[in-house]
Amino acid sequence: MYIYDEFDRTLVDERVREFRDQVARRLSGELTEEEFKPLRLMNGVYLQLHAYMLRIAIPYGTLSSDQMRMLAHVARRYDRGYGHFTTRQNIQFNWIKLEELPDAMADLARAGLHGMQTSGNCVRNITTDQWAGVAPDEIEDPRIWAELLRQHLTLHPEFSFLPRKFKIALTASAHDRAAVKIHDIGLRMYRNGAGETGFEVTVGGGLGRTPFLGKTIKPFLPKRDLLSYVEAIMRTYNQYGRRDNIYKARIKILVHELGAEKFAREVEEEWHSIKDGALALDPAVVADIAARFHYPDYEELADNPPELAKAREGERFRTWLANSVSNHKVSGRAIVTLSLKPEGGPPGDATAAQMDAIAELADRYSHGEIRVGHEQNLALPHVAQRDLPALRRALDEIGVATPNVNLISDIIACPGLDYCSLANARSIPVAQEITRRFRNLDVARDLGRLHINISGCINACGHHHIGHIGILGVEKNGEEYYQVTIGGRADERAELGTILGPAVPYGEIADVVEDIAAAYLELRARPDELFIDTVKRVGVDPFKERVYAAR
Amino acid sequence: MTSPLQQKLKITGPVVVTANRLGDGAVVYRSGDGSWTEELAAAAVVTTTPAAMELLTAALSDKLRAVDAYVAPVELTPHQQVLPGNLRERIRFNGPTVALPGES
Amino acid sequence: MPLVKAGHIVEDRFVRVLDDAPVPEGAAVILPAARLLADARELVLRQAPTGVIWPNDRKVAELAPYLDWISLVALVFPNFRDGRAYSQARLLRERYAFRGELRATGQVLRDQLLFLQRAGFDGFEVTKEADGAAFAEAVRRYSVFYQPAADGRASTLTARRARGASGAVPSRREHVAG
Repeated sequence: MYIYDEFDRTLVDERVREFRDQVARRLSGELTEEEFKPLRLMNGVYLQLHAYMLRIAIPYGTLSSDQMRMLAHVARRYDRGYGHFTTRQNIQFNWIKLEELPDAMADLARAGLHGMQTSGNCVRNITTDQWAGVAPDEIEDPRIWAELLRQHLTLHPEFSFLPRKFKIALTASAHDRAAVKIHDIGLRMYRNGAGETGFEVTVGGGLGRTPFLGKTIKPFLPKRDLLSYVEAIMRTYNQYGRRDNIYKARIKILVHELGAEKFAREVEEEWHSIKDGALALDPAVVADIAARFHYPDYEELADNPPELAKAREGERFRTWLANSVSNHKVSGRAIVTLSLKPEGGPPGDATAAQMDAIAELADRYSHGEIRVGHEQNLALPHVAQRDLPALRRALDEIGVATPNVNLISDIIACPGLDYCSLANARSIPVAQEITRRFRNLDVARDLGRLHINISGCINACGHHHIGHIGILGVEKNGEEYYQVTIGGRADERAELGTILGPAVPYGEIADVVEDIAAAYLELRARPDELFIDTVKRVGVDPFKERVYAAR
Repeated sequence: MTSPLQQKLKITGPVVVTANRLGDGAVVYRSGDGSWTEELAAAAVVTTTPAAMELLTAALSDKLRAVDAYVAPVELTPHQQVLPGNLRERIRFNGPTVALPGES
Repeated sequence: MPLVKAGHIVEDRFVRVLDDAPVPEGAAVILPAARLLADARELVLRQAPTGVIWPNDRKVAELAPYLDWISLVALVFPNFRDGRAYSQARLLRERYAFRGELRATGQVLRDQLLFLQRAGFDGFEVTKEADGAAFAEAVRRYSVFYQPAADGRASTLTARRARGASGAVPSRREHVAG
């Protein structure tokens, strides 16, 4: 993970000081709410239903154990003892007081944490694969490039007042675990025919009211040109993105209205003027950033140590191993996913006690490093296979070893109307009920990989458009209703889901999910045909018929 | 529910003016004496559009103590108890409908 | 609105001329864009400084033919959240090498002053007097800058390289090409 140098630390400290001054000027009335709101948003401070909400950035989803302990401290000292991990690899605290925010920010800064640009019309947290740096199928660690971009776009004087928010994601594996196609800029690292590594650049992906998948505007961008090319995209967007209508202000609308080709030409023209200037990436600059990325000094270990073979005799261990443990690029190691989706629990939440315990386990088993995924689970990326049995027992004790990763009860959900002032309907109790209906892990395993995404409103923070089953909360006559889509995908074969039928009331949504699951069991060609593949093969109508037959 | 901050004022029943307190974000209600209270029972309840407009205008001009004031429906029980008038307001008044993590 | 230049509130020597009004002789003037474009041939002969106020939805490339003789370009922030003029400013400084006064007008507030200066503005029609008085403090809030911009302050791109070589952080300014 990236270790701050004195420049990085100074910047965050200066930011804290600036925010302290801004809060003071707001509390004294010198700043109006209208003047203050964009400033607090640029520090990740929202006003929600019950209180202020603070969103802390976890750059590309990498966290140190010390940072996790600091998050636990903030949860205890300034909040109600828990935090929520989000679909953009951030963490949210829901009960923060504005008056205490400068102190909370100062505490966070000591651990190199901040809320810079986690909201507002600027570039948000840059996300990537939560297995970056350890995934067997990756060509190189995308986080170095994410960090280069993060720095370049932090407090960028030209791009801090964009038409709307801006989200960037990177992947460096054939299998896209970062959902780059639904981002404003998607960067896919790959090796071209000549053996050079560069980026395929997609632009204009995004969900919400008008969902789009990103369009390729640059099939191969050399690494040297990353900053200048992104600068050219941002400058084009800043000048020509719509400012008259917030629902049409994202870059996806600009790309759609101009057409991808014309947009690409505009960017190319701007880029030609700057590509060989100060933003051309000198290998020395890249090496400098890379030098501060700390990689563990792995002890040499063999795969399948005796501890593992012995532990496999136990059914619980075997189940967990098959579900929550993934291959690592270094022999003798494994990547362990921690499920934050216990039965009946709010998806993605962790208590301060859990955070402290996880930090402890990270120190003992994962070289002090933790990852946050957009599926709202955590991961320990550097675990020795021989430690898996002991680790599983410890994870089970703190309630993060439910072997439901990627199964139907591993639900991705926004906070919804229980917390969020934008919401139309609640999402957490819907998720909780679904996990109760599918508490039987044999049933869940039989259903196989099945991603449910729930959003409490059309802003789609739950990414419902790209869920295998997507659930969108809507309001009808003051009542909560839910619109269901199926067939969405978040990966390299990204697709938007198709509406199944009329929205159903709160009392019926869990039944609908059960009916969809039953329909899948009936329609699948073989037990190992995944839900998403069955939908692709037979289409939406057979599901629609079965689900709406009795409704 | 659709954000009340975007609604046109159309009073069809008893309403209060509600906001979030600037310093800590807590849910508050405008009372008859121009102060803000966390107690819904102490909120000024009005039933006509002009009265609601007056209450709202006064609340909005109080920039220092409360933020994003708007008109919210309430329900009056037969015993004149004031209750939140829709799900969103129930959640704002009572808190999330789900147990917070760490609570049983 | 108070005008800030070189860190202080100063008298504005420029006079705003409205669309069809006569241009006063010998006075420093700021003209609307249409006026400059229509009367450029006469205006270039003026003995006094000529400036233009340029809308934020028009390409600054159109100004290129005049930049070697006009003294001031005023750009517009209709509200402080509309950031189009930041791009315009950088292009004027870095692409077109404009050396005259680049003035921020419209809603210009304290918490954007450093961004404005970094984008190349050196004149600020601040909306609040108090923000004018606080200018010096506002532009000194940060000592670390991750990216080069129009102001010439060294970014970490160069500062780190130099540190690597000599161990000391340089204070030299850097030039941004393009």
